[in-house]
Amino acid sequence: MSKTFETVIGLEVHVELATKTKIFCGCSTAFGGAPNTHTCPVCTGMPGSLPVLNKAVVEKAVAVGLATNCTITQNCKFDRKNYFYPDNPQNYQISQLYYPICRDGKVEIEVDGKKKFVRIHEIHMEEDAGKLVHDPYTDSSLVDYNRSGVPLIEIVSEPDMRSAEEVIAYLEKLRLIIQYLGASDCKLNEGSMRADVNLSVREVGTEKFGTRTEMKNLNSFKAIARAIENEKERQIDLIESGEEVVQETRRWDDTKEYSYAMRSKEDAQDYRYFPDPDLVPVVISDAWMEEIRARQPELRDEKRIRYKEEYDIPEYDIDILTNSKRLADIFEEAIALGAAPKKVSNWLMVETMRLMKEAGIDADDLSFSAAHLATIIKLVDTKVINGTVAKEVFEKVFAENIDPEKYVEEHGLKTVNDEGALTGVIEEIVAANPKSVEDYKSGKEKAIGFLVGQTMKAMKGKADPGEVNRILKEVLSR
Amino acid sequence: MDLMRLTAVELGKKIKASEVSVMEATKACLDRIHALESEYNCFVTVDEEGALKQAEEIQKRIDAGELTGPLAGVPVAIKDNMCIEGMLTTCSSKILSNFVPTYTATAVQCLRDAGAVIIGKTNMDEFAMGSTTETSYYGITKNPWDTNRVPGGSSGGSAAAVAAEEVPYALGSDTGGSIRQPAGFCGVTGIKPTYGRVSRYGLIAYGSSLDQIGPLAKDVTDCATILDAICKHDDKDSTSYKDAADDFTSALVDDVKGMKIGIPRDYFAEGIDEDVKNSVLQAAKVLEARGAIVEEFDLGMVEYAIPAYYIIASAEASSNLERFDGVKYGYRTDKFTDLHNMYKKTRSEGFGPEVKRRIMLGSFVLSSGYYDAYYVKALKTKALIKKAFDDAFAKYDVILGPVAPTTALKVGESLSDPIKMYLGDIYTVSVNLAGLPGISLPCGYDKDGMPIGLQLLGQTFDEKSIIRAAYAYECTREYKRPAQLEERGL
Repeated sequence: MSKTFETVIGLEVHVELATKTKIFCGCSTAFGGAPNTHTCPVCTGMPGSLPVLNKAVVEKAVAVGLATNCTITQNCKFDRKNYFYPDNPQNYQISQLYYPICRDGKVEIEVDGKKKFVRIHEIHMEEDAGKLVHDPYTDSSLVDYNRSGVPLIEIVSEPDMRSAEEVIAYLEKLRLIIQYLGASDCKLNEGSMRADVNLSVREVGTEKFGTRTEMKNLNSFKAIARAIENEKERQIDLIESGEEVVQETRRWDDTKEYSYAMRSKEDAQDYRYFPDPDLVPVVISDAWMEEIRARQPELRDEKRIRYKEEYDIPEYDIDILTNSKRLADIFEEAIALGAAPKKVSNWLMVETMRLMKEAGIDADDLSFSAAHLATIIKLVDTKVINGTVAKEVFEKVFAENIDPEKYVEEHGLKTVNDEGALTGVIEEIVAANPKSVEDYKSGKEKAIGFLVGQTMKAMKGKADPGEVNRILKEVLSR
Repeated sequence: MDLMRLTAVELGKKIKASEVSVMEATKACLDRIHALESEYNCFVTVDEEGALKQAEEIQKRIDAGELTGPLAGVPVAIKDNMCIEGMLTTCSSKILSNFVPTYTATAVQCLRDAGAVIIGKTNMDEFAMGSTTETSYYGITKNPWDTNRVPGGSSGGSAAAVAAEEVPYALGSDTGGSIRQPAGFCGVTGIKPTYGRVSRYGLIAYGSSLDQIGPLAKDVTDCATILDAICKHDDKDSTSYKDAADDFTSALVDDVKGMKIGIPRDYFAEGIDEDVKNSVLQAAKVLEARGAIVEEFDLGMVEYAIPAYYIIASAEASSNLERFDGVKYGYRTDKFTDLHNMYKKTRSEGFGPEVKRRIMLGSFVLSSGYYDAYYVKALKTKALIKKAFDDAFAKYDVILGPVAPTTALKVGESLSDPIKMYLGDIYTVSVNLAGLPGISLPCGYDKDGMPIGLQLLGQTFDEKSIIRAAYAYECTREYKRPAQLEERGL
C-alpha cells in the first residue's frame, strides 16, 4: 500500500516598507533613478559613517505587528549579520536576531470555506541590499546602491500551512493587511513583497517534521503554487525511492518549472550575529504604541462585516470590493459624496472590472477619482445623461480621469428633455416606418423596440429611453 | 618669540589681539613640521597648500568679527582615522592608502566652525590597534623625549606632534587608552571624554561601543577649551548624548578643597614601575596638601578588564573592518581570479599583522558556539566593571591612578610580545568599558628622564571634576619641554 504524505510549509516573507527615506539615512527610497544617485556615505558603507534609525520604519513595523496580533517587543535591538557580498556595502546587514520587533502573532485564513490560523513566529526590521549589474562589455559587475538601506520587514510564519492554496491564502491575507495599513504596496512582481518557502513532507499521522528545503526566487502567486507542487513531488519521490531529502536552499526557475540546489546546510555561513553597537535599543513606549494603534485603519475583515451591515450589497460583491484597498477606498469615497452604495458597487463590479480586464491592470493601479464616479451616478440619477452615455463617459474617466460634467457639456451629451422636440422627432419616425407601426398595432409588441432604437439613433443617443417609450406609445395610440 | 612653544589658547589670544596673524601661526607650524618630520614622523599627510588657504580665509573672518572664539586661527592636527572631505584619510593602513573621503567628521567640522586651521593628519597604529604607533603602514613615530622610544599609541602621532611643538594641539581617539597613554608617554595632556560626548560620525570605527574622540595639548586649559568646541549633540550619531555640549572651561578653577579623591589599591599591586608608582602617589599628596580628601580603596574587577576589552573591541573591529574589501574604495589587489579570491588577496595584502590578529580574535569570539562563552561573558564583565566604578563614584568625585605601568617602551620592544603590549593597557581599558571620562597629564619623570602620566577618572559626564582636579594639580607645576629639544636647541 502506498503511503500518504502531508506537506508542511512555513514562509519567510520580505516586505519593502513604503517610507519616503531609507531605514538608516535620509536618502530617498524612490524606485528607479540613475545608479547610485539615491545614496550617501551611510548607505554606501563609507568608513566612519553611522546609521540613524528612521522612526517611520518602526511605526510601520509595529502597525503590521498589531494587525497580525503580534506581541510588540517594546525594547528591541538591531544586530549585525556578517557576510561578504558586494551588494552589501558594509559586508554586514543590519537586521534583528535576538530581539525582533514583533513576536507570536497569528492571522486567520480561509480555504474552501474552512478557516484556520497561521501563526507568525516573528517580524523583524532590516535593510535591503544594493543590486549587482553585470556589464558584458567590460565583463565586470557593477553595483547600484540605490536600494541599499531601503527598509524591509521579514515576516516569519510557523510551519502551519499544508497546501499551496493555504500558502496563497496566507500571502493574500498579509498583502491585504499591509496594503490597508499603507505600509507597503506589496507587489510580488516588483519585489516589494518576496516570499521564501520552507517545505518538508511527512507521512500523514507522524508527529516529526521531515527535512525541509528553502525555495527562493518566487515572483508571483502562480510561481509559488507551481514551486510548492514541484518541490512536494520531488521530496516524495526521493523518500519513496529510499533516498534522503537534503537540507538546502534551492532556486526556482519558473520558466523551466524546475528548482536547483544553491547551497546546502554544510555550506551555511556563520553570520556571527551580534548587537549593532552603532544603534541604541529601540524603546517603544506604551504611549507611542497606543498612538500607532489609534491610527490603525479599518482592516478588511472589519470592513466586510460593516459593509454587510450598512450596505445592501451581495457578499460576493463585498469580497471583491474589499479585496483591494484602492477599490474599497473608491467605493467608500463615492458613497461619502452621496452616491447610492448599490449603484457605486454596480459601477465597480461591472464596468470597472470589464475595463480593468481590457487594460490588463490590477485594482491597485486604478487611477480615476471616486468623485468623478459619484458625479456620473448623479448625472444619471438627475437624468442629465442616460445610461448609455454614462458608460461612454465612464470609459473616459477610467482612462484619463477627466471631469465628467465638463466632458458632457463640451461634447453635448446631455439628454434632450424638451418634450415638444422629442414628440416631433417621434412623429417623423412613426411616419417613416409604417410597416413597424402596423406590426405594433396588430399586436407585435416587440416592434416598438425598433421604433425606440430609431428615435435614439435620430437623437444621437441623447434621449431618455424611458421617456421615448412613453411618448411613442402616446403617438401610436392616437 | 617662538610661536610653537605657546599653548593653543595662548596662541589664540595673540591672534585675537592681532599680535600674530593666522598666516604667521600657520607658517610657523609648517616650518616646524618641515624641520622635524624626517626625524619624528608624526604625520601621514601635511596639507600645506590647504592650510595656507584656510589661514587666509580664517584671518578674513576674524577681521570681519565672525570668528571670536579662543581657537580661531590656531593650527590643529587630526588623527588619521577621522574623515575630512577631500583629504587623504588612511587609518595608517595600506588598505586605505588611497582613500579620500567625501565628507567631514562632525568633531573636525566643529573645529572648522571654531576657526581652526587644519594642518594635516597624524600617524597612528593601524586602525588604532596598538599602543605604540609601530603598527602604522607609514612607519613608526618617534618619541620626542627619546627617539629610541615609542610615543605610545594609538594616537602616537598626535601626542608626539604636540610634544615636539609641531602643532599646538591635536585630536586623537581613545578606544582603550589611545589618547591617555601616548599623552603620558610624551609628557602632554589628553582627555578621553565620556562615551557619547563627542560625535563619532566620521571617525573610522575600531570598537564602536568604546571609541571616543578627544584632545591632546600642552595643558589642561587647552584641553577644556577644545572640549568646549567639539562636544555637542549630533543627530548623525545615535550614541551621541543629548546634552553633550557643556562649559568645560568653567571648571578651570584652582581649588580642590573638599574634593574626594580615591586611589585604587589594586592599581599599585604588581607590575608597576617604582618610579611611576612614586610619582603618581606624590601627585596625590600634592592634591591632598591643596585640600582634597584623598584615600585608598579597593576598586575590584581590575584583572578582568583586559580580557573583556580585547574580546569586545576585537569583536566589533572584526565586523567594522569588513567594509574594507577592495570593492568600493581603498586598496585592491592587482591580480585575482574571482570575487572571493579578490577579497582574500586584498585583505591579506592590505591589513597588517596586528589588525589581522584582532580580526581573527574578534571573528572567533562571535562564532556560533563561542558567542556565549566569550562575547556575552565579556559584555557581562563590562557591566560589572561599570558597577565597580559606580560604587566607587558613590564615594569619590575623582579616581586617581597611573596611566600606564611603565614609561615609554623602546622601539620594537612590544611588537615581539603582543601580550605584554596588551597588559600595558591595564589602567586605561576599563575606563572605556565603563564609558567614563579620563584625563592624562604629566606628573613626573623616571630615572631615564621619561615623562610619567597621571590619570584622573570621573563619573560619566562629569568631565568637570577631573578638569578641576587636573588644573589644580597643574597649577603647582611648570610645563616641561622634551629634554632632547632643549639639548639640541630645537
